[in-house]
Amino acid sequence: MHMHFEVEGGNFSRAGYASSEIKKVLKKLNVNAQTIKRIVVSSYEAEVNIVAHARKGKISATIDNDKIVLQCNDEGPGIPDIEKAMQQGFSTASSEVREMGFGAGMGLPNIKNNADKLEINSEVGKGTNVKITIALSSETN
Amino acid sequence: MKIREIASVLNAKIVCGEQYADKETAYAFSSDLMSDVLTTKKDSLLLITGLANVQTIRTAEMSDIHCIVFARGKRVSDEMIELATENEMALVECRYSVFKTSGMLYAAGIQPVY
Repeated sequence: MHMHFEVEGGNFSRAGYASSEIKKVLKKLNVNAQTIKRIVVSSYEAEVNIVAHARKGKISATIDNDKIVLQCNDEGPGIPDIEKAMQQGFSTASSEVREMGFGAGMGLPNIKNNADKLEINSEVGKGTNVKITIALSSETN
Repeated sequence: MKIREIASVLNAKIVCGEQYADKETAYAFSSDLMSDVLTTKKDSLLLITGLANVQTIRTAEMSDIHCIVFARGKRVSDEMIELATENEMALVECRYSVFKTSGMLYAAGIQPVY
């Protein structure tokens, strides 16, 4: 199963729409509630990152019997130092982002804590690709 | 503790999701930082916050939080009510500070997450 969403940079009232749709599908598939939470928290943090930093982006979710793969690709500033970006508390977010309750440098570490596998590829001036894999075990129908 | 009792203890008003007023809540978490809220692992959690915007509701949706108390007299918007209704959440408006709200609910028996 495959889902695809366009994410608009800077549009905070819509941030979370893609993750919400992914959650609805996972619930219908009877995925265990704790696993759903790990998936949607990861997806939501990634979605907020796109809205906060990029001009635009895409989120795709591919659900197999044993795993979900989230691909979050954006056209944005890129991350010059990924290791630094992974440190809790490091943030380049604007005051607007902080006013929304984000931008404390917890997004990527939060994703890492929830994901079974996290891969980040980024090119400065072009954009960032975040690939999140989470196992579904045998709980799915 | 029922959401109805929580509102009563806080002299607060349930502004959305009155039909869930009898739902039980054992644990609460207080924060204005949504990334912190997203790290909580508990189910059926109550969120106490002074941050009133659509992302507060979205964060609650992703974290399986079924009730939010907006402290410091923060008001919820129509857009927030719409999203909360869609997600079967109760929203409570309270005029006390986050500190006082948390203290009153702790004294009434609501447990902390950590």
